[in-house]
Amino acid sequence: MSQFLPDYIVTYLPDAIQLIYLIATAFFIRGLKLLGSPATARKGNQLAATGMLIGIIVTLFDQQIVSFEWIIVGVLIGSLIGIILAKKVAMTAMPELVAVFNGFGGGASALVAWGELSKFADPAVMEASGLVTTGLSIFIGSLTLTGSFVAFGKLKGFISGNAITFPGLNFINIASMIGVVALIGVFTYDPANQTVFWIILGLSLLIGITSVIPIGGADMPVVISLLNSYSGLAASMAGFVLGNNLLIVSGALVGAAGLILTQIMCKAMNRSLFNVVFGSFGGDSSSGQVSGSDGDKTVRETSATDLAIQVAYASKVVIVPGYGLAVAQAQHIIKEVATKLEERGVQVKYGIHPVAGRMPGHMNVLLAEADVPYDQLYDMDQINPEFASTDVVLVIGANDVVNPMAKTSPGSPIYGMPILNVDEAKRTIVFKRSLSFGYAGIDNPLFYTEKNQMFFGDAKKSLQALNEALNEI
Amino acid sequence: MSILIFSLFIFVLACFIGFELISKVPPTLHTPLMSGANAISGITIVGALIVTGGEGGLLTQILGVAAIIFATINVVGGFMVTDRMLEMFKKKGDDK
Repeated sequence: MSQFLPDYIVTYLPDAIQLIYLIATAFFIRGLKLLGSPATARKGNQLAATGMLIGIIVTLFDQQIVSFEWIIVGVLIGSLIGIILAKKVAMTAMPELVAVFNGFGGGASALVAWGELSKFADPAVMEASGLVTTGLSIFIGSLTLTGSFVAFGKLKGFISGNAITFPGLNFINIASMIGVVALIGVFTYDPANQTVFWIILGLSLLIGITSVIPIGGADMPVVISLLNSYSGLAASMAGFVLGNNLLIVSGALVGAAGLILTQIMCKAMNRSLFNVVFGSFGGDSSSGQVSGSDGDKTVRETSATDLAIQVAYASKVVIVPGYGLAVAQAQHIIKEVATKLEERGVQVKYGIHPVAGRMPGHMNVLLAEADVPYDQLYDMDQINPEFASTDVVLVIGANDVVNPMAKTSPGSPIYGMPILNVDEAKRTIVFKRSLSFGYAGIDNPLFYTEKNQMFFGDAKKSLQALNEALNEI
Repeated sequence: MSILIFSLFIFVLACFIGFELISKVPPTLHTPLMSGANAISGITIVGALIVTGGEGGLLTQILGVAAIIFATINVVGGFMVTDRMLEMFKKKGDDK
């Protein structure tokens, strides 16, 4: 669009664009900062979106841009798809959507680097640093693209959530990664060699698939966070290729953010990142062994009426939701139950384990959708000291995150995982279909303690029964 | 100082800012934060615009348009869905 401007402005244009990029960057940083508190988060997101709009508009004045037809076509198609996806998605499917968006972001960065490369009839005129970053951008972007779509497939159930692996797969993956890095070196010395370029592209796409395939469904939250980080890095690398500071900074911000979230998720599951990526742990079917529970295994059952009396006359009730709650679509009914209890003067809090949903903070979104106010949602460190003074804990659709074996049984696969200490409460009620095992495939001694009662059945139906029973008290 | 080194400086400093900004976010907001950050990574659209709008052959055009479509999905969808989520976060006693 620079051709429409008078000459005296065009002279200063490159500097003006860079300065406005700086403003856009400030919007991103301020936006991310505001995203850190529930009260200001929405404003933060809008601020970041504004920064993006500023960045896009000012780029259109770049003197390198001479034609707009294809830009308009691309933006229209992309916006349409983006709007439809954002409007239609169910909140339970949030992890899938984030995975898909990650994939598109990474793919776009790889395409940008490739597109820039394709402008040169003889790539050898590019500087070595430009060639290295082009290679890296294509590598990271491509593996983010395919990796994200495999993660999407696993979350959706198109691809088995089980860890698909075979002996030597880890070795192949590591060897391929080293291979790609070495080939990027070759490419830098001999950029005219088309074969090397195609092998880099192909191997990168393949690595995305083979490195996510062996990771189990339970670990997808970590994978999504990590891919999020990669998509940022890919954007940053594309920024190096184009010499564009806006891309470098924004990509780095996202890369760092994704890495922090990955770390948080790993900590919540007591796994190291190395162990997640190479450990092939965690499926979506329960296939583990029962251990350390030879003693008394009788369970006590409760009924809707009995439970209604217990909670109605309690002074403090903590609800511990797990993903089973969302699967049963029971978020709204739990909110109704909570409201009734509050009207009776019962203090109600929600205790949320970091991996309660299928991605970090997912459960909070699902409860927010059911109009549960966020100041009632407590994270693990906040709620754990409160269990001792809690009368009744309702554990709904959660299992491993309340399993005391994580504290008591060193041989258990979940040993060391931080859990919600619900066993400290005066009474626990577990809503569950049956006594089957959780993701980790192990039994839960909590079910057999004297303080615990089981409420068998579909979570939604059980809660509806409880809700009705509360009306009659 | 070469441009590469200069860019590297910016890159590393931005990483530190990213770490500082995110490490204090409460778990409640992790999902919107991730999808919001994800939308920001769509900044690569700026690169896509430069590649597509510039001079180049057919291959460049095709790659550029594909990049624009991908990046726009990421940007538009990402910010919109984040807004949709955050709209639902309410404090006790807030009006609907």
